[in-house]
Amino acid sequence: MLGRSLREVSAALKQGQITPTELCQKCLSLIKKTKFLNAYITVSEEVALKQAEESEKRYKNGQSLGDLDGIPIAVKDNFSTSGIETTCASNMLKGYIPPYNATVVQKLLDQGALLMGKTNLDEFAMGSGSTDGVFGPVKNPWSYSKQYREKRKQNPHSENEDSDWLITGGSSGGSAAAVSAFTCYAALGSDTGGSTRNPAAHCGLVGFKPSYGLVSRHGLIPLVNSMDVPGILTRCVDDAAIVLGALAGPDPRDSTTVHEPINKPFMLPSLADVSKLCIGIPKEYLVPELSSEVQSLWSKAADLFESEGAKVIEVSLPHTSYSIVCYHVLCTSEVASNMARFDGLQYGHRCDIDVSTEAMYAATRREGFNDVVRGRILSGNFFLLKENYENYFVKAQKVRRLIANDFVNAFNSGVDVLLTPTTLSEAVPYLEFIKEDNRTRSAQDDIFTQAVNMAVSIPVALSNQGLPIGLQFIGRAFCDQQLLTVAKWFEKQVQFPVIQLQELMDDCSAVLENEKLASVSLKQ
Amino acid sequence: MAAPMLRWGCRGRRWAFARVDGGSCHRRGAPTGSTSNQIRGESSVAQQPLHTAQKTRKGEHKWAAVVGLEIHAQISSNSKLFSGSQVRFSAPPNSLVSFFDASLPGTLPAGYQITQQRLPIAVNGSLIYGVCAGKKQSQVIPKTVRIKQIQLEQDSGKSLHDNLRSQTLIDLNRAGVGLLEVVLEPDMSCGEEAATAVRELQLILQALGTSQANMAEGQLRVDANISVHHPGEPLGVRTEVKNLNSIRFLAKAIDYEIQRQINELENGGEILNETRSFHHKLGCTMSMRDKEGKQDYRFMPEPNLPPLVLYDATSLPAGADPQQVINIDQIRETLPELPSVTREKLVQQYGMLLEHSFTLLNEVGLLEFFQNVIKETRAEPKKVTSWVLNTFLGYLKQQNLAVSESPVTPSALAELLDLLDSRTISSSAAKQVFEELWKREGKTPGQIVSEKQLELMQDQGALEQLCHSVMEAHPQVVMDVKNRNPRAINKLIGLVRKATQSRADPVMIKEILEKKLSL
Repeated sequence: MLGRSLREVSAALKQGQITPTELCQKCLSLIKKTKFLNAYITVSEEVALKQAEESEKRYKNGQSLGDLDGIPIAVKDNFSTSGIETTCASNMLKGYIPPYNATVVQKLLDQGALLMGKTNLDEFAMGSGSTDGVFGPVKNPWSYSKQYREKRKQNPHSENEDSDWLITGGSSGGSAAAVSAFTCYAALGSDTGGSTRNPAAHCGLVGFKPSYGLVSRHGLIPLVNSMDVPGILTRCVDDAAIVLGALAGPDPRDSTTVHEPINKPFMLPSLADVSKLCIGIPKEYLVPELSSEVQSLWSKAADLFESEGAKVIEVSLPHTSYSIVCYHVLCTSEVASNMARFDGLQYGHRCDIDVSTEAMYAATRREGFNDVVRGRILSGNFFLLKENYENYFVKAQKVRRLIANDFVNAFNSGVDVLLTPTTLSEAVPYLEFIKEDNRTRSAQDDIFTQAVNMAVSIPVALSNQGLPIGLQFIGRAFCDQQLLTVAKWFEKQVQFPVIQLQELMDDCSAVLENEKLASVSLKQ
Repeated sequence: MAAPMLRWGCRGRRWAFARVDGGSCHRRGAPTGSTSNQIRGESSVAQQPLHTAQKTRKGEHKWAAVVGLEIHAQISSNSKLFSGSQVRFSAPPNSLVSFFDASLPGTLPAGYQITQQRLPIAVNGSLIYGVCAGKKQSQVIPKTVRIKQIQLEQDSGKSLHDNLRSQTLIDLNRAGVGLLEVVLEPDMSCGEEAATAVRELQLILQALGTSQANMAEGQLRVDANISVHHPGEPLGVRTEVKNLNSIRFLAKAIDYEIQRQINELENGGEILNETRSFHHKLGCTMSMRDKEGKQDYRFMPEPNLPPLVLYDATSLPAGADPQQVINIDQIRETLPELPSVTREKLVQQYGMLLEHSFTLLNEVGLLEFFQNVIKETRAEPKKVTSWVLNTFLGYLKQQNLAVSESPVTPSALAELLDLLDSRTISSSAAKQVFEELWKREGKTPGQIVSEKQLELMQDQGALEQLCHSVMEAHPQVVMDVKNRNPRAINKLIGLVRKATQSRADPVMIKEILEKKLSL
């Protein structure tokens, strides 16, 4: 049951094959077994069981709230949850219990979803590995998969298995690990420059960044207001669409949400034919750092579309090479401003120093933030100084417009969807990852995701090492349904294998009951 | 407009605070209710800066002062600018604070102050105000100050520092309240001009209902930028005097600062571009010694707020939902009467002098008092004006009372004026009645008049008898009148009035005496 998709388990709940409480308990038990993954910062066991009980009553009375009723979900620990500690994996917010729910959390709860817990991340979502949070790094469940381990055995250089675990990617690594390890059916991440899509690619999941303005950010503790979007991590595209259907819509508490009516429920048609589609391949995304495996899968995916009758054309996004530096300036500038609220006065950490208010602020922030956060605050303040504002911030804003126009131009030239890699390569071992600093890593890991508004990463195949590789579909803003429809067709073609964690959870044989055999259609 | 010389523009101007004559067009301090004690207690230190100003007259150079103002007015709205929290003065600390106001993580946009840095809501305006001039300050000279811009921003929380216990206490009730920042160009040249301009702005804001603009309650706060220079030379280095919280202090602080700068420069010193505060007890400004030096606020555009578009009738998109768009023309049509129009109407309707209309508006509640008296009395408007501005206001000033604290109600004054108008009492008796009314003994003017027997003597025969007796008792005076000094009759009138305990109409007495003296 745990290995099923959200849609499947929802059907099972409706048919009474399993009750919400049974499902909740199974997930809770798996959360305990996989505690070493460090996917969760807080497990909200009591809340989840109580919600399950209420859901069960509804099912008994035939008053189910819909597809999400009774479905265990997890939420990244940078979304405010009423009565449940929300830390952003930072000392600054350790012990902070919000008095309100983020709009997206409230919407999920209103649909009957069960909140299993709050997932791990890089501190304040600043990172691409889920390694830089105060609660320690998240381990990629694929490190323990049969697929990966078998490949490791063949490799004579393989070192101590326990220290050789892989990163999940980030910053929503906890959410990705939680879904990937079957401890929940969907999870909320946040995606600013790739924080949902990147770990999704590394953990073999669907990672979706909806159009900015479609989903409320109220209650999401901001990284970059102008780019943050609540992200969705699921095991398949249909599940992402169900969750999006529950989340999308205007919110008076987030003035950037749009008022255009959206189709609900958010159903995806099954595309029978892609011959009317035009797929764009941005030539600038073929960078030297791209691993040959990813590159080969990318081109095979393009071939697949072409062979099924779609028009596949090369497009140019000429300002792509500026996106990383542009993102850096804009991100840090907004971070400098967003982090101003953490002064130790109203909530969160406060140091013991009481010499003066200023000294208290300084020490609180010194103690509360890690080097990465402090570094970004300092950079951002530098870019916003009067003498630097024009040369950095304003220039970066202009470049952002040029980059955004690149996408608009591509779509206006007749392209429906862009197909790109999500990451340069598959997940790397933690020990490898931390050889570079956070900034360098973010620049590399988010190279394909930072400049993008609305996109989804779809798991495509396993690498030679037995690790997932994802490809990214980028859509036109507010054409989320169209994008997911194409992604769903693609997903069906590639038949990405289910992670095999039976060694990890030998007594959870249920995981395997729905196992699809690894038919890596793109790999010959 | 060239800045007038300091010593011409402000010579002899004194704080009109304790003035009891009705001719003053300004008023400093806004004693309303119980919060104004601080202001009233300070009248004795007002004049110091001007004494020092005299000294410079000996110098060779003339100085001109340049004053610009930044005024923050709390917008009088039901809720804060971006949150639903109530706006209310003197609520218990932190009782009007939403999650948003406390900038809880995840509330948008919060955690910093939001202002209209680059696109203010209005630019390039002007404000006309009237400065009193002339020997008796009885002439109103209109002046114009340019308004650089008006912008919206958020108020911040309030912090109270307890140095003894090394504590800072925070009250967030004010955090997020909408502020209207008005930037006045440096077109003013002394404290009085600045004070008068601010008073005019205050009246406008109050008339519009934009702000209660009560300085004592922090609803109107003023920062002044001040510099001095020799006319014809470039402007001097300016200082900023911050957080002036009464109109009187504003004027005092500016004049003090002008004089300080002049003294500094004449003694070979230099003016630092710095922020200063006004110490109201010492009556001087002091450097605030900002640790950080020049502030760089590191502004950036607010990504959480979509642009607010203001339309007028011509730019309004067709078919726009009136609930969703702002049409300036529509708002303009519904604007209430502005103070300048009110004054004009007063002048036209009641034939009063323009400066009287200024006084009526400048005193909080005085116009309403005046209008209520007018409504209830048969007396001439000019009479009412005179009584309200001279007698009534004079008593208030003498005792540092606000109109709302007056012991005399508009009805009582109206009744008193009716008695005067019907010649039931003489005007000196009226003054006596007024004094009695002021004692708050709960008596009506009619009661006082009959108790004290203040009615004019209407009995012609009795009066003639009295006149006769007085003439007999003072033959020498009668001779004086008859021979060469007709004005000596006034002495006789005075003696008769005294004999009637001032209850007789002097005009009537004079008539009788003239008849008897066969003049």
